[in-house]
Amino acid sequence: MTTPADSSALQVRGLWKIFGPKAERLIGTPDAALSRAELQRKSGHVIGVRDVSFDVAPGEVFVVMGLSGSGKSTLVRLLTRLIEPTAGTVVLDGQELTAMDDAALRQVRRDKISMVFQHFGLLPHRKVIDNVAFGLEIRGDNKTNRRARAQNMINLVGLSGYEQNFPDQLSGGMQQRVGLARALAGDPAVLMFDEPFSALDPLIRRDMQKEVIRLHDEVGKTMVFITHDLDEALKLGDRILIMRDGEIVQIGQPDEIIGAPADDYVRDFVADVNKAHVLTLRWVMRPPSSDLEGVGAPTLNQSTIVRTAARTVLAHQGVVRVVDDAGSFVGVVDDEDILRVVVAEQDHE
Amino acid sequence: MTTTTSPGVTRRGRAAAAPPAIDPRPRWQPALVILLVWFVVWLFTRGHDTLVLLGRDKTSVMNALNDFRDHMLAGRDTNPLMRITGALADAFRSMVTWLQRLISIPAEPRPVPRIGWLGVTAVATWLGYALANWRIALLTLGTFVSFGLFGYWSDSMDLLIIVGVSVLICVVIGLPLGILAGTKKRANGVIEPVLDLLQTMPTFVYLLPIVLFFGIGAASAVVATMLYAVPPLIRIAAHGIRSVPATMIEVADSLGQTRWQRLRTVQLPIAKRTIIVGLNQTTMAALSMATIASFVDGPGLGKPVLAGLRINDVGTALIPGLLIVAIAIMLDRGTTAASERADVIARGGGLKPPVHRALLVGGGLAAVAALWLSTQKFWAAEFTDRGIGRRIANVADHAVDSVTSSISPFTGSIKDGITYGLLNPLQSFIAESPWWLAFLAIAALAFVLGGWKSFVPALACLAGIRFFGEWHNAMITLAMTLVATLLCMAIAVVVGVAMARSPRTDLAVRPFLDAGQTIPAFVYLVPVLALFGPSRFTGIIAALAYAAPVAIKLVADGVKGVSATTMEAARSTGASRLQQIRKVQLPMARASLVLATNQGLLFVLAMAVIAGMVGAGALGYDVVLGTTRSEEWGKGAAAGITIVLLGILLDRIARRAAEPAPKETQWLSLPRGRR
Repeated sequence: MTTPADSSALQVRGLWKIFGPKAERLIGTPDAALSRAELQRKSGHVIGVRDVSFDVAPGEVFVVMGLSGSGKSTLVRLLTRLIEPTAGTVVLDGQELTAMDDAALRQVRRDKISMVFQHFGLLPHRKVIDNVAFGLEIRGDNKTNRRARAQNMINLVGLSGYEQNFPDQLSGGMQQRVGLARALAGDPAVLMFDEPFSALDPLIRRDMQKEVIRLHDEVGKTMVFITHDLDEALKLGDRILIMRDGEIVQIGQPDEIIGAPADDYVRDFVADVNKAHVLTLRWVMRPPSSDLEGVGAPTLNQSTIVRTAARTVLAHQGVVRVVDDAGSFVGVVDDEDILRVVVAEQDHE
Repeated sequence: MTTTTSPGVTRRGRAAAAPPAIDPRPRWQPALVILLVWFVVWLFTRGHDTLVLLGRDKTSVMNALNDFRDHMLAGRDTNPLMRITGALADAFRSMVTWLQRLISIPAEPRPVPRIGWLGVTAVATWLGYALANWRIALLTLGTFVSFGLFGYWSDSMDLLIIVGVSVLICVVIGLPLGILAGTKKRANGVIEPVLDLLQTMPTFVYLLPIVLFFGIGAASAVVATMLYAVPPLIRIAAHGIRSVPATMIEVADSLGQTRWQRLRTVQLPIAKRTIIVGLNQTTMAALSMATIASFVDGPGLGKPVLAGLRINDVGTALIPGLLIVAIAIMLDRGTTAASERADVIARGGGLKPPVHRALLVGGGLAAVAALWLSTQKFWAAEFTDRGIGRRIANVADHAVDSVTSSISPFTGSIKDGITYGLLNPLQSFIAESPWWLAFLAIAALAFVLGGWKSFVPALACLAGIRFFGEWHNAMITLAMTLVATLLCMAIAVVVGVAMARSPRTDLAVRPFLDAGQTIPAFVYLVPVLALFGPSRFTGIIAALAYAAPVAIKLVADGVKGVSATTMEAARSTGASRLQQIRKVQLPMARASLVLATNQGLLFVLAMAVIAGMVGAGALGYDVVLGTTRSEEWGKGAAAGITIVLLGILLDRIARRAAEPAPKETQWLSLPRGRR
């Protein structure tokens, strides 16, 4: 499931963050294995992130999800060393960030990573276009180039005509578009989003999510996306990392998270999700009783989402055959299987 | 973190610090006992060992201070410190003199300054228009013309020169320090206490050492003004930089900024507005101190005010006093308007209609013409004194006389009431006690009110006061300070609560408070002197006028800070207006009340010196004498140090005593708990 390490855009190994005066010495001692609350009581240290490892493939949208206090915002800052990790390595595009000196790190931040922030972080004294060009200015691009580039980005995020406005003249959603444009302007290898839409209204949020999907289709950047909103995670993520108390609870594709929750915490979490929108046939099919079951019935791929498959299955009397990517026959589904997901999805409650 | 929820924490808390837990005895009971004992002993010992220092008497410590001064002065050419300060003094003096020759005093061999009044006025007016707006330009024009009209042209220019030079130095020194303090925690740790010290020191006290190092005259005036005016700039600039939102710093970091880029493109632009507020504060502070610096022969409008006060001649002091107020208003409004306009321009609103641009260019040309004219023609160079100032002074004298005589029964009864009812008994109680009795009693009070943390500094301060030999005067000043602070807080609570409860009152009163805060400290003395004549009471009223605006504002803002929900809840219980004030608003504004008392104390004490010259006597008188008479320098220095010690003593006791004793005092839990 994880992509081979050498080809990944971002590679994280054994990342720790412990807040407190003697954090380094704790790693590797039995104390590090204590729970968050116990450790805090015992030594006054607070665990922000505990032993996190994962890989992000080029072009992937990798979502980190957790409730507040789960360490997700700390994690995204560790990835760019806005917060210094206590232990562990972060490798971006083959370069080890965690081993860099300040100058090299600055260069990476200028060229390879950008971030979109929850509260936008726009500079109130600069016009929209100068906000978008800000990163380019920092890295020393000349004025004509950066203006042209910034203008392109403003067009890309649909803000044409607002170049000369000041941030406080824009709505929240528009301000975050400026934040997006600023992040895209430097043509980074990886985009990091720190709960970018949680300060926005639900409707605007939905628009912005679509915008991110569209931009991802257009520019194809690798994205690390932090959110506390499960629907957002499922909508955007190629893969989702669920965090709790600074630890990884589960990493998987949306349908894996829903179909095979790692523990009760995740199961509880996903209980209210509209499963038909996420689960694929792989999770609802049953093994065929014989190779010949349902011969002549319609055939569907196992990665078809249940909702999409519903019409075909319900229209057909009897079972429908499910095949994998290679085309071999792996299972069957019938009306019952589909309806169980679509109608009675809260049966366990 | 609450201590009651987790068992682990409470256990440790109990083991470590037992006393702050819960002490049912109110602290005023032992304090009352101490006062009672003090009173009883006083009955039998009053008048003994009071350490009165008559006339020109000096203790050996004071003589030693004089010797030290002589030693420093003798080593003027060898002592490295004296040589550095000497060189600085020369630099400041020549800078001031150069500017004076330019606009204020005859530039020999010419009988007039290089630029005459017409040129200066025209350029200032044009600047007012260019930097702010036409209203400011008119204000500037009026102010400058009145300088000449009333016959104080050159004193006014001198004052502006001292203020200008000092503010310039403040910016050169203060801005980098402010940035440093705002960006580096460790630097702030060093700078902050120094600023605390500078700001708690009563205005006057630094004049004495400054005179020693920089000599009498313009140089000392510049240095004193700079020291007094620079803290607000540093503090506010640092605050502005520190309050740049963390997200923006993070954005800057995530884009790979260097420290310098971050400062230049994010921190400074965002903090700009705050820094300009600091600059405004610094300018006003500089004006205040530059006026006072006339005590060390600093040039400026302070001199005629001082001369008038010295001979208790209100008419003479009135006009220069009013001119100082006019300058204060001009500088305050001018800098504020200029900063607002700068904001508008920065946002792209600076494109003005062609009429404006024509005016700007035309006005500029006119100003240049006036400038040229004022270097050529005598009438444009020297403002002919038509004796208007003198005539007005006479009229004012008469008016003051008739007003005072007509309301003197009223003012007299206030004065007598407070003098005989409050001041005299308190003074005779404190100052007529044998020194050892007052010493022990105050130390004991410090202990019961504030515990060890106020006892130790109190002991040190008392010992210091005893050592420097100004004990009796210190006790008199203490009595006056207590009375003034008491009155100040009474006024502050009444007016402050009224302002907080009624927006209309606030709107009506606040401009007066603002004006009170912009007027340089000793201009207050002029009207107060007119009303009450020279006495201790006059000193108290002057101190009150100086301290009250700050205290009132603090109380008003504190009471206003009580949340609307809480007030709604209080009303819903059927609390009467007085109950609301007494049981909810004042208790919840406790922190502000404490701060107001503290500030009030310090302001009153700062004024004690200035009040010393209108008959308040005691420490203030000795300090003033020290600045003017060389043989009294040591005594003045001792009195100055004593004032500082007194300030620290009161500050420490008040601050500690005001801290809530047990964690869950009724103050804090009342609004939520009693329903």
